[in-house]
Amino acid sequence: MKLTGAEALIKSLEKEGVEVIFGYPGGAVLPIYDVLYDSKIRHILVRHEQCAAHAADGYARVTGKVGVCMATSGPGATNLVTGIANAQLDSIPMVAFTGQVATHMIGTDGFQEADITGITLPIVKHNYLVKDAKDLPQIVREAFYIASSGRPGPVLIDIPADVSKAQCVYRESAQLNLAGYKPTIKGHARQIKQAAKAICQAERPLIVGGGGILRSRAWDELQKLVRLTRIPITTTLMGKSAYPETDDLYIGMPGMHGTRCANYALTECDLLVAIGMRFDDRVTGKLSVFAPEALVVHIDIDPAEISKNIKARIPIVGDAKAVLKQLLVAVEKEKLEGTKDIEAWREQINNWKKKYPLIYKKDGKLRPEFVVEKTCEITKGKAIIATEVGQNQMWAAQFYKCTKPGSFVSSGGLGTMGFGLPASIGAQVGKPDEVVIDIAGDGSVQMVSQELATAVASKLPINIFILNNGYLGMVRQWQELFYHCRYSSTDLAVGTPDFVKLAEAYGAKGIRVTKKSEVESAIKEAIKSPKTVVVDFVVEREENVFPMVPSGVSISEMIGGEIE
Amino acid sequence: MKHTLSVLVDNEPGVLARIAGLFSRRGFNIDSLAVGRTEDSKYSRMTIVVDGETHSLEQVMKQLHKLVNVLKINDLDPRETVGRELVLIKVNAPPATRAQIIEIVDIFRANIVDVAKNTLTIEVTGDTNKVHAIEEMLRPYGVKELARTGKIALARGLKSE
Repeated sequence: MKLTGAEALIKSLEKEGVEVIFGYPGGAVLPIYDVLYDSKIRHILVRHEQCAAHAADGYARVTGKVGVCMATSGPGATNLVTGIANAQLDSIPMVAFTGQVATHMIGTDGFQEADITGITLPIVKHNYLVKDAKDLPQIVREAFYIASSGRPGPVLIDIPADVSKAQCVYRESAQLNLAGYKPTIKGHARQIKQAAKAICQAERPLIVGGGGILRSRAWDELQKLVRLTRIPITTTLMGKSAYPETDDLYIGMPGMHGTRCANYALTECDLLVAIGMRFDDRVTGKLSVFAPEALVVHIDIDPAEISKNIKARIPIVGDAKAVLKQLLVAVEKEKLEGTKDIEAWREQINNWKKKYPLIYKKDGKLRPEFVVEKTCEITKGKAIIATEVGQNQMWAAQFYKCTKPGSFVSSGGLGTMGFGLPASIGAQVGKPDEVVIDIAGDGSVQMVSQELATAVASKLPINIFILNNGYLGMVRQWQELFYHCRYSSTDLAVGTPDFVKLAEAYGAKGIRVTKKSEVESAIKEAIKSPKTVVVDFVVEREENVFPMVPSGVSISEMIGGEIE
Repeated sequence: MKHTLSVLVDNEPGVLARIAGLFSRRGFNIDSLAVGRTEDSKYSRMTIVVDGETHSLEQVMKQLHKLVNVLKINDLDPRETVGRELVLIKVNAPPATRAQIIEIVDIFRANIVDVAKNTLTIEVTGDTNKVHAIEEMLRPYGVKELARTGKIALARGLKSE
């Protein structure tokens, strides 16, 4: 069967089960868009390529499928870069397609030429420059496999215009044979046994769940392990929603803006079972004094993460779900030999939990924490929450108690402002029947506000809750605390648009909330509306996120967030 | 401490950039790097000499392993390895010193591969020490140009079954 490269590509994507592509057309991808016109694959037209990548990222996080985005050559491709880097740092399965100038033009500085495979080398799991149309089916197969297996990540496929147009004999992809790529799935039996033994013998054990739990959809196994062992659990920002946060044994998020309880528990535990997390500096604070008394069991699918930052005494390389299954069996067995009583430790943790809850001032003023808390209450912790980056993100992490796995969509590793709005577009496309809320800041959302057009045009009932304080709040907070209140370039008050009018200009619904008493009805109205809704919560301007671990100290040395 | 890594990779365009980029990203300086096809034309072998403490080298090797085009990495044990490099040295050789230079070349079992009016070009093959030694010997005569391949290396074969 003879097909053009573009036809072979779309056929391969259909074979992979791709339902939606987030993209933006242009000269070098014209042949592909022409074929897409007749395909059953849905195309969501974004208004900036960066958001195509973020939307694909959000889609992948909530569905567990590979997110797909597409852009043209040159600036289209370079605009994807931030979104690709974001997916790489948070280990999100994504395949990005870019157009490229015709093969004979490559290397001549042709119109809209950018060496995108070169540019993205440090931020992809793998990438391809397609030289021959007949290679496309095989490359697509490989790309989807690489993106979604092992430690997931983005794969980029760069397709020159002449390759898209060329006729080729379409041959279905053959058996994959990637000699240099063989992810380890199952954990080493002896290591698992040792881990089980350590779990049963510890006096002050603690479990830390990371994004790996969500990527491998291992939340049931994680819950079983916690129930079986009754060990307290904390989840990192990336692992948020992997464990129901209303549970007794859940102690909140660790790290820079984590709970005091989680940070004290990490500092005093004698066993740390880290699952699918990588000891990021926002979690550990000063490395040399992190979890000083803990024997570390580190379960991760990426061998390069083991002992990278924190030395693991019992390393287990493997997929979180597979390893947890093995571990459950091993712990059951080990328990027969008897376990240490950890009641005193649980009590200690409960005391911390009681003594240091997350707090904010409960006065008549409209405070951002209250907005998040109300949102959580009204949605019963079951909405899909996307966040931007900064204070809004930390308040969302602190006060929205997720009870549904995979429902928290946030840019953890790269910390990309402007992630939340496009990510919530992707999330809503992936989960059309669920309530999707982007908890945003006025700064972040202005980086991508053009995507309101995408949401409206695609009839997506996403809710954008802007915690509007007229500042780049997190940066301002640091300036307040560490730079003598010198608010250098962080005041956004002048120039910030009227978000209600902005929403209406795009054909979305706009609601403004200035009083505490209006919060509940506004949230309910937004969620009920079938339209894209922007709610402008005009909150206290100089609210800070507490507790907080200043940089360069132990996570046990938090400031703020104590009951006076 | 110097390490010699023998890295088996797919013989494909762009693989060198992937590997070199990884070293620089992770803050590693490559002392030398030699690459060429292996007995199987699908693969190339890179011999990379790096200077680094063991812990961070371990991290780089793990990161290298994650590259889809990397099949195998060996941190070669110097006692169990044969390593060679090839150096070409163009040295000043006026009639007054020419005989001395030829004598040095003989001692090192090097070869003269080009003779000109005022220079000799010398080819030396050997391990790093030998190459370094002849370079030092010739330096006083005035080395005009020097090119070296970087080390290539293989683990020694088994001596007994």
